[in-house]
Amino acid sequence: MRKGNDLNIARLIVGAALITILALAFTPATMRAEEPVYGGTLTFAVAKDPPSYDGHRETTFAMIHPVAPHYSILLKFDQENYPKILGDVAESWKISEDGLTYTFKIRKGIKFHDGKTLLTARDIKATYDKIIFPPEGVSSARKGSYAMVKSVEAPSDDTVVFHLKWPSPSFLANLASPWNFIYNGDILAKDPHWYEKNIMGTGPFKFVEHVPGSHWVAKRNEDYFMKGRPYLDGYRAIFIKSTSARVAAVRSGRALIEFRGFSPAGRDDIVKAQGDKIKVQEGPWICYLSVAVNNTRYPFDDPRVRRALTLALDRWEASKTLSKIAIIKYVGGILRPGSEYAATEEELTQIAGFSKDIEASRKEARRLLKEAGVEEGSKFTFKNRDLPMPYEPMGIFMVDQWRKIGLDVELKVEETGPFFGDRKKGDFDMIMDWECGFMDEPDLQLYKFLSHGVSGSNYSRYKDPVLDELYEKQARAKTKEERRKLIRTFEKRVLDEQAYTFPTLWWFKINPHWAKVRGWNQLPSHYLNQDLRDVWLAEK
Amino acid sequence: MNTVEVTASTIRQKANTMPRWLRVVSRFARQKPLGTSGAVLILLMGLVAILADFIAPYDPLATRYDLMMQPPNAEFWLGTDAFGRDILSRLLYGSRTALLIGLSASFLGATIGAIIGVVSAYFAGKTDLIIQRLMDMLLSFPLIIMALAVVAVLGTGTGNVIIAIAVPMTPRCARVVRSSALAIRESPYIDAARALGFGHGRIIFRHMLPNVMAPYLIMLTVFLAQAILLEASLSFLGLGVSEPTAAWGLMLRGAAVEFAEQAPWMGIFPGLAISAAVFAFNLFGDSLRDALDPKLRI
Repeated sequence: MRKGNDLNIARLIVGAALITILALAFTPATMRAEEPVYGGTLTFAVAKDPPSYDGHRETTFAMIHPVAPHYSILLKFDQENYPKILGDVAESWKISEDGLTYTFKIRKGIKFHDGKTLLTARDIKATYDKIIFPPEGVSSARKGSYAMVKSVEAPSDDTVVFHLKWPSPSFLANLASPWNFIYNGDILAKDPHWYEKNIMGTGPFKFVEHVPGSHWVAKRNEDYFMKGRPYLDGYRAIFIKSTSARVAAVRSGRALIEFRGFSPAGRDDIVKAQGDKIKVQEGPWICYLSVAVNNTRYPFDDPRVRRALTLALDRWEASKTLSKIAIIKYVGGILRPGSEYAATEEELTQIAGFSKDIEASRKEARRLLKEAGVEEGSKFTFKNRDLPMPYEPMGIFMVDQWRKIGLDVELKVEETGPFFGDRKKGDFDMIMDWECGFMDEPDLQLYKFLSHGVSGSNYSRYKDPVLDELYEKQARAKTKEERRKLIRTFEKRVLDEQAYTFPTLWWFKINPHWAKVRGWNQLPSHYLNQDLRDVWLAEK
Repeated sequence: MNTVEVTASTIRQKANTMPRWLRVVSRFARQKPLGTSGAVLILLMGLVAILADFIAPYDPLATRYDLMMQPPNAEFWLGTDAFGRDILSRLLYGSRTALLIGLSASFLGATIGAIIGVVSAYFAGKTDLIIQRLMDMLLSFPLIIMALAVVAVLGTGTGNVIIAIAVPMTPRCARVVRSSALAIRESPYIDAARALGFGHGRIIFRHMLPNVMAPYLIMLTVFLAQAILLEASLSFLGLGVSEPTAAWGLMLRGAAVEFAEQAPWMGIFPGLAISAAVFAFNLFGDSLRDALDPKLRI
């Protein structure tokens, strides 16, 4: 009996093993949990060279895409579960009960790329001091986002403490900013400008070379603090200005991905050529195009004229039609449609220019113009960037919409340099504006609308203490309901009552890439998830 | 007198009664049929530009988002673009932009070039040396690079594009006109004018410039073709005129590139228009050179 039982057990084991082998053999590869593969070089396309290498001063993806993999940050967004926050160099953190003290424990043994210097809390303090309290002559693009910070301290090598002036619901997420590269404190002490032209971080990849106008090369950091990462041997960013050439690069496999994204036509082109070798990731984008109206110049100093300009735009029609040819799709106010504090469609349609009855809106626009003394056929200029996507289609659309209320608006396309100069100096009637964020957080998105002088990105040049006060109030609101209400009041004042400036459409992110690029999830910002530490290349 | 002789004589008599300009045109048409076909095309282009308001079926700027990227059909003969604008209407209006910029830029470039060339030849010596070295400097840049540099400094817009195209054409015309003017400078009537005590300005503008009209006219027509091509290139690169202006080069960029496979008509028709215009000006320019150049008449 015993022998027979043994035999049965043996048969069962062999049978089970055979079934398992057969099941594995016939299970589609995609259904199996894939083991990341080590090795390979990821080649990706970037539209421009970085203006400098310093994440604290720059605001463009052209810097972050090639440079981010060289650096660590304090916290980061979880690419599997956005907007959950994970520690990067921070091992853990504690928030005091009054919400005024944030204490971070820093991982030990993290080495800078020189292979000798260890990262300590002093480096994090020096980094954040440069961002929040930049010394004279040092530019910090996000200084304003940390107005709530009183001081940063490093009581020990592995502890950093942020003291706040008031509790801020957005502060933790602000520390997950992809721009806040951790720099070496000693280098910053010697020369706060050193990082504008040099690289020395603790990120998963070490810098090899940058040939302006051509490429950027990096290799794996063998001392990276996260064991087993990165998977890639290195990466190569190739700089290609022309959109069609970038599409061709991905289509041909010369580049495996372009992280910013392509238009619907680009996507179709690549998919048509390579079929299932291409994976397409699509989703909303924390970016919108807007119109900055020069509030200091006649007749745009009259709110009736500004209201007429926004009333003329048929955003719902634009959403349907322009999304077929451009990366713009969603109708929204000052916060990304669908995000926690954004206006609902019902709330939105109550705001000037967002009604679905475009004929009534245009009739009202004509009435307002007449009342303000702006005659039929009045000539204005609308300045636009010389980038085709999505600036050009939106520019053409808007000029055509303004013609429908009797205005003769000339579209003037400028190169990036003069365009940025004119926008900053206020040398325009109306100019294309935009805002891209790395997360859905009202403190960040509303900051742009604060008075000129308070906000560095208020190009419409108005000053409104009411808005400044509302901003402070919503930032310190104790409940979500209270905050939401304050944000609605803020939005109504900016877009409707005063119509200082107005969004057009929110963007739509389309990332077609070679399916063998694994471990990269599209998030709603082209600034996020660019350290490439989890990216690997499958064989096929 | 036989019949053939009578007919030939009648024709000769009739020809003699024709105005001189008509006789010149008729002789040019007989001797240079290719050049004439070029001239006819240019004339047609000019007429289209003038009459665009009456012959264009639609407003070239009017967008119709329900009719985006329609292929050529009975309603839209050449189809519509990515904004639902009628391509035929935009082509017809685009000839205005091409001619306006082409004519203005080539006239400006050739005229300034001719004046510089004659002045340089007339004064000779150090003046000639300095002017010619300056011209050498300008000539060392390819046409498009020079135009790009000028646009980069001045900015975009119709006026600036005209200047950008005229600047690189100036030294080319100056060089050609100078060589003709050098021969004229030695002519007895110039010596006579000097002996009579005429001022430099009078000698240059009254006696020398009219005598370099042949190379000037040839350069002008050659430049016209180049100017149209250059305007299209600058617009294609986003440095020429701005949307939504109807311009051929502009019609070739943006959505025409993005949707080249799905809607090829967006790029084909403006491309054909540019080719036809350049071809016409080149044919006419070549024939004009043959007709006016005494060396080629032998």
